This record gives sequence, C-alpha cells and structure tokens, in this order.
Amino acid sequence: MTQNFNLEQKIALRVGHRIQWEEAQQAHVLLFPEGMIKLNESAAEILKRCDGSKTGAQIIEELSADYPDVDLTQDVLLFLADAQEKSWIDVVRAT
Amino acid sequence: MSSEPPKLLWLLAELTYSCPLQCPYCSNPLDYSQYPAELSTDEWIRVLREARALGATQLGFSGGEPLVRRDLEELVAESRALGYYSNLITSAYGLTKERLKGLKELGLDHVQVSFQASTRTLNDELAAATVFEHKKQVATWIKELGFPMVLCFVLHRRNLHQIADMLQMAVALQADYVELATTQYYGWAFQNRAQLLPSRRQLQQAEAAVTKFREEYSGPMKVYYVVPDYYESRPKACMGGWAKLSLNVTPDGVALPCHAARQLPDLSFPKVTDHSIKEIWNQSEAFNRYRGFDWMQSPCVDCPEREKDFGGCRCQAYLMTGDAQQADPVCEKSPHHEQVLKIIEQTEPMDLQEIPLTFRNSQQSKGFCKESKQSGR
Repeated sequence: MTQNFNLEQKIALRVGHRIQWEEAQQAHVLLFPEGMIKLNESAAEILKRCDGSKTGAQIIEELSADYPDVDLTQDVLLFLADAQEKSWIDVVRAT
Repeated sequence: MSSEPPKLLWLLAELTYSCPLQCPYCSNPLDYSQYPAELSTDEWIRVLREARALGATQLGFSGGEPLVRRDLEELVAESRALGYYSNLITSAYGLTKERLKGLKELGLDHVQVSFQASTRTLNDELAAATVFEHKKQVATWIKELGFPMVLCFVLHRRNLHQIADMLQMAVALQADYVELATTQYYGWAFQNRAQLLPSRRQLQQAEAAVTKFREEYSGPMKVYYVVPDYYESRPKACMGGWAKLSLNVTPDGVALPCHAARQLPDLSFPKVTDHSIKEIWNQSEAFNRYRGFDWMQSPCVDCPEREKDFGGCRCQAYLMTGDAQQADPVCEKSPHHEQVLKIIEQTEPMDLQEIPLTFRNSQQSKGFCKESKQSGR
C-alpha cells in the first residue's frame, strides 16, 4: 500500500474516530464504533497530528523537528499507509 | 483466582426491556416480563461514573429499545462528559431527525441501526412491526448529521438468501460498517432455533455471496461476517472471556458478564443498587466464577487452546448440557458435540419453515414466566 500513499494530501482521522488518553491503561487509545485500539507512543504522536490541517509530508516534518536524532520518514510513511488501509484515517477532500 | 482482576473496557447499558419490535431472535431473557422495574436516571449515572472510573471506555446504550427511555439525552450528555465513546444500538423505531440531531449535539458518538431483512415485507414480518421504510429514512439522517453508521443485519434461515442484497443496501445507505450478525442461540433465538438455524447449503451460498462482494467492492465500507458457531469445530472466545472485558447492566440493575448469563442457575448476580461496580467487577463471586482456568474440567483443563477460546461459552454449555462448566459443545473435543451435529442434521429438511415462530412480546414472555414457575426454576 505504501506506493499508493500520497504524502501531499491533507489527512484526518476517519469520521467517528477519536483519540484520547486513558488513565487506566496509561496509554492513548483510538476509539471508533464498538471498538478501540491501544496506541503506542509513536502511533499516538502521528495520529494526534492527523487533524485535517496537515499533509503527510507536513506531519513527517513536524515529527522530525521534535525528534531530530532519528530519521522517521520511512516509519511514518509505513504507519500512515497502514492506518489508511485500516480506515483509521481519511484524505480530506477539498470543499 | 489469585491474579489481578482484568481491566473493564466495555459497559453495555440495557436501559429497558420495552421494545416496539418483536424479533423472534431477541437476546433478552424469555421471562423478561418478570422484571418490569427500571433503574432511575440517577442510578444509571452512578453506574456510568463507577464503570468509567474502573476504565470502561466503550459504552453501549441498548435494550429493548433504548429510545424508549426519555432520559436517554441526559445519559448521553453524562457519558460524553465522562469521556466514554457512546454507541446507540437501536431499531430506530419512532426516532425523529430532531431527536437524532439533539443526541449528536449532546455528544453521542455512533449509531447502530438493526435491520431484519433487505425487503420491506420480510423485515416487517420478522419485526412484527411496520419499520422498514422508517429505518432507511433514519439511516440517511444518521449520515447527514455526520455520525459514523453501523448497519446490523441479524442473519438466520429466513433471511440468509438476501445477504447479497443486504450488502448492496448497506452500500446504498453509505454505511461505514455492516455487521452480518449471525443469530446467537440464546433467549428467544434458542426457543426458535429449529426455525432459525440455517442449513449448511444455505451457509455455503451465503459465504460465496460475501466472498464475491469482497472481491468486487473497493469502497470504504467494512464488512463483518461470522458463520454460526454451531458449524465450527472450535468454540468462539465468548465475550473475549468471562468477565474479562465487558460488563452488562440489565434494565432492573443486575450486573452480568454478558447479556445471556442471567439464565445460568446457581449463580447469584449482584445488583448495582446493592454494590459498587468496582466491588462487582473485582470481588463478586459470580464475576470470578469462570475467570481464569481453575474452574475447567476435561477436555478444556489440559487443552492447548484454552487460552485462545476460554472453553467457549458458558451459557451455551449450560443450555445444551445442563452444566455451565462443561466445554462448549460446539467444540469437537466436547463429549456432547454429537448434540450439535444432530441439530445441524435437522436443519436439512426445508419444511421446517412451516413451524410458526414465537415472537418476542410480553404476552409470550408471561407464558414463559408461568412455565418456569411450574417447573420450579
């Protein structure tokens, strides 16, 4: 799927999806109809930025600024492609 | 069980047993009319708070028909304030666009609408109510208002041939998810099993239709389809394990590990009006009874798959063997598996359709209450 992921499009969490911090689990979770996924730290950092205002490329840029010691590009790209495949995120259509 | 209690994630609030529909596979107990009392708004709010404090994140408003409760709005607002992800599980009967809009504004996260069939005639016959057209109308409002939408088709012998049409209908209504929910044989469905359990041939045709749809469809809708466990060789990991993830509260305030457990004998389920959710979840005898593996007997006790399926479903074991500690008879390793095979065999003759269905309503339920009193249960 990676080859299909377009980093130039703005992305948002899919309709009905929400991220929040869960005290009981000491983790961020992604909530959606009748289900949830416990997120690791990096997944949460990426998904929190999928707010409809940024493109994949901008998210990578932001994360690289926050974590300057590692090259995140490939990992983030793979994660976003996977998240799209799982329907956690959607491309924002221009209105 | 000595280890830490598991983490509660799911709360199912069965707000009422009232329902304008009469689906013959309803998961409510046969004798629901014995329990007309309902928790008050304040009691529900306390349940919501206590379960949330324990870590519950997903909340289902169910029933009966949850829309019957006039305080649904108050409960939705409270659940949003507490940080739940709230799911309304409804027949959509009587739901207006205004009420739906209000629920959205109060923070309801998602709506699941049930359908009985893909045609008006069969749908309304199974529901014993005129609901099909309105359900479709409500589905369009759900999408218009920006909710994610799950459409749930409950599958059985009488409607399985419509599976391809159900999928097309879900696409047309722009469902985000479609659940092709195989009837589970508890409560009313168990009563009507002979008329509802599909034959192997029907299932093969249905599976072929779902496979074909999956090959041809490339849109965003997700499809969930599970075959009836009677046709499997291993049991389902029922509820993800007894009292492991989920807690169910009945309209009259009984806490259960699943919606069918109320029928299990010699277990006394605690009431939320007598105990806190924390006490119930962590300490009650009923919730601890089938946790872990200590309760198991042969063949489960030394089965390498016991951590995968937890011995299957306690209610199914009880319904078929009279003993809830048995392996789920769906399992090939169960000494009672013969029974399941016999039931499947009996699905082949098609004249079963001549037997009338028992519809779920108060009159029928009162009949079952009387029967259970006479038999001393």
